[in-house]
Amino acid sequence: MEIIVCVKRVPDVAEVEVEVDRSGRALERQDLAYGINEWDNFAIEAAVSLVEAHGGRSTAVTVGGPEDEEVLRRALAMGVNEALHLCDPAFAGADAHGVALLLQRAIAARPFDLVLTGAISSDQRNGQVGGMLAALLGIPQVALATELKVENGRAVVRHEVEGGLERVVELDLPALVSVQTGINEPRYVSVRGIRKVADQAIPVLDAASLGLDAAQAQALLAQVRIEELFLPQRGKGAEMLEGSDEEKVLKLIERLRERGGL
Amino acid sequence: MRKILVVAEMGRAGPDDSAFELAAAARAAGKALGEHRVAAAVFGRGVAEAARGLAPWFDDVFVFDDPQLEIPDGEAWRALLALLIARERPLLTLIAHSNHGMDYAPALAGQAGTPLVCDCVALEVRDGRLFAVRSVYGGKLNARVSVALGDAGCMATLRPGAFPAAPAPQGAGAAIHAEAVPAALTPRRRCLGTVAPEPGAVDITQSAVLVAVGRGIEEEENLGIIHSLAEALRADVACSRPVVDKKWLPRSRQVGTSGVTVKPKVYLAIGISGSFQHMGGVKGGPFIAAINKDPAAPIFSVADVGIVGDLFELVPLLEEKVRELKG
Ligand SMILES: Cc1cc2nc3c(=O)[nH]c(=O)nc-3n(C[C@H](O)[C@H](O)[C@H](O)COP(=O)(O)OP(=O)(O)OC[C@H]3O[C@@H](n4cnc5c(N)ncnc54)[C@H](O)[C@@H]3O)c2cc1C
Ligand SMILES: Nc1ncnc2c1ncn2[C@@H]1O[C@H](COP(=O)(O)O)[C@@H](O)[C@H]1O
Repeated sequence: MEIIVCVKRVPDVAEVEVEVDRSGRALERQDLAYGINEWDNFAIEAAVSLVEAHGGRSTAVTVGGPEDEEVLRRALAMGVNEALHLCDPAFAGADAHGVALLLQRAIAARPFDLVLTGAISSDQRNGQVGGMLAALLGIPQVALATELKVENGRAVVRHEVEGGLERVVELDLPALVSVQTGINEPRYVSVRGIRKVADQAIPVLDAASLGLDAAQAQALLAQVRIEELFLPQRGKGAEMLEGSDEEKVLKLIERLRERGGL
Repeated sequence: MRKILVVAEMGRAGPDDSAFELAAAARAAGKALGEHRVAAAVFGRGVAEAARGLAPWFDDVFVFDDPQLEIPDGEAWRALLALLIARERPLLTLIAHSNHGMDYAPALAGQAGTPLVCDCVALEVRDGRLFAVRSVYGGKLNARVSVALGDAGCMATLRPGAFPAAPAPQGAGAAIHAEAVPAALTPRRRCLGTVAPEPGAVDITQSAVLVAVGRGIEEEENLGIIHSLAEALRADVACSRPVVDKKWLPRSRQVGTSGVTVKPKVYLAIGISGSFQHMGGVKGGPFIAAINKDPAAPIFSVADVGIVGDLFELVPLLEEKVRELKG
């Protein structure tokens, strides 16, 4: 079985104060730590364990700058067999549709039975690349998978719908499945594991090799324009309790008491 | 004439709230378009009455009523919407950013060749473009994005609850159109059944006071301090998704859009960032208190009171003081 897994490198913004850069349209990237998109970690685990069970090959693909190669190495360290890096300055600013289009061009040129993506990327939070990619590839898809089995040329997928319910669907392969967190337990990646794949060649595909004219790529890839990034209005915001830890806790108890929480 | 299409989701008893939110957003966007029509598409089995219920808000209602549509299946909706959009050529198609919407909207846009903006919390049409505000980077920043309203039209999914519904406009009162549904809608994706969540030992939907714990707890072993605090407060323990993903607590304790909807009097969020998917499960306007070490955590914009600090210090201290007080 041939599995393609789409992965993305994202900044970790939990517990840091984010800033907008001078353009007003992008995140100030200095001092941020980067890692693999949380959802993609589960997608890689799904790809690797399916190949372990059924044989075949898995390939991780990312669209990103030179520094994003790091997530492909991580995927290789987790057990993905190959990686593809779609990298060209002309891809900068690609929106979700643009990313899907680039992925489609790279994937359609190879054999595949199953394409896996994360449900959503933690930075842009589009939740969009997977479904668009499926449509561009002309294959059936399902979003928010919490269980995935492959049998007899079909994928059987449990996925999240409304009201805490889940639904089970059966898809003919080739198909695309976007995975939710919790679908499996992603394996641990050691520094040694990363070192082991440090020398594995990762082919780089640029605009020309994907059949795109770099000069026209922008118009095609970046239809959705980011006008500005700004701090959300805090609404009325919480009353922040101040003082020593003990004072803060006593004030909290007072508020809880007033509200019937005690 | 310019058309705006709204995809109406159905709840158990008629149209979902989101249908009316989308209707209001469509009317507001339409104002900038001059003369226009706002249409709804409705899918299901036996939905004729629900469709009539929507009529006062729309100029047209397209009704897809068929046994194949008994269960709302994303690929079936995508197939029918692709046909409807090709025929009606709406300038704008609005879809709820629900789990169901996330399943079909991207594939629909990809198939129809229209740009899509997801999870919008504000929308405006101006200068031939659609402007939208969406939340990015873990809710710490908002992005204002825009896209040309070209010939192919454009799609947006709207965050449930972000757009207030409005009374039915004067003069609307839709023409209702019964639409044909082709056989074998989605031969390559078949629905095998629906699974209800396993009931938990404790039903947190009935709890008056909830102590909810998130990823900030770091390790399963650390959950002890949360259970002790809950016990001291005579509260039940709830949690955010990462805690369930790690299997530290059962799914029946997960609050959120893909978990349980709770309606307590008091909600104490500990080490939870306050994502829309988590807070979407907290209903009924409880008093919300938050403990988080990140002063910029989005939870502080929805909480009533907040403490910035380390939960490993604050939670045991809080428990101690509560126990002292109760004697
Ligand atoms: C379709 C979909 C459906 C989803 N459904 C749900 C759902 O039903 N329920 C749900 O919860 N999520 C759901 N999610 C996930 C959601 O988007 C968030 O990823 C999740 O809620 C984050 O959980 P969290 O706040 O615990 O973790 P994080 O966002 O990682 O936040 C952890 C917080 O803990 C704080 N912290 C860390 N250490 C400490 C410390 N020592 N002391 C104090 N504070 C500390 C950090 O500052 C941070 O704010 C869904 C996502 C998708 C895409
Ligand atoms: N630049 C990218 N390169 C490869 N895959 C991506 C990229 N961006 C998004 N994806 C995939 O699409 C999923 C959903 O992302 P998004 O639509 O951006 O929320 C991610 O979890 C990835 O699997």
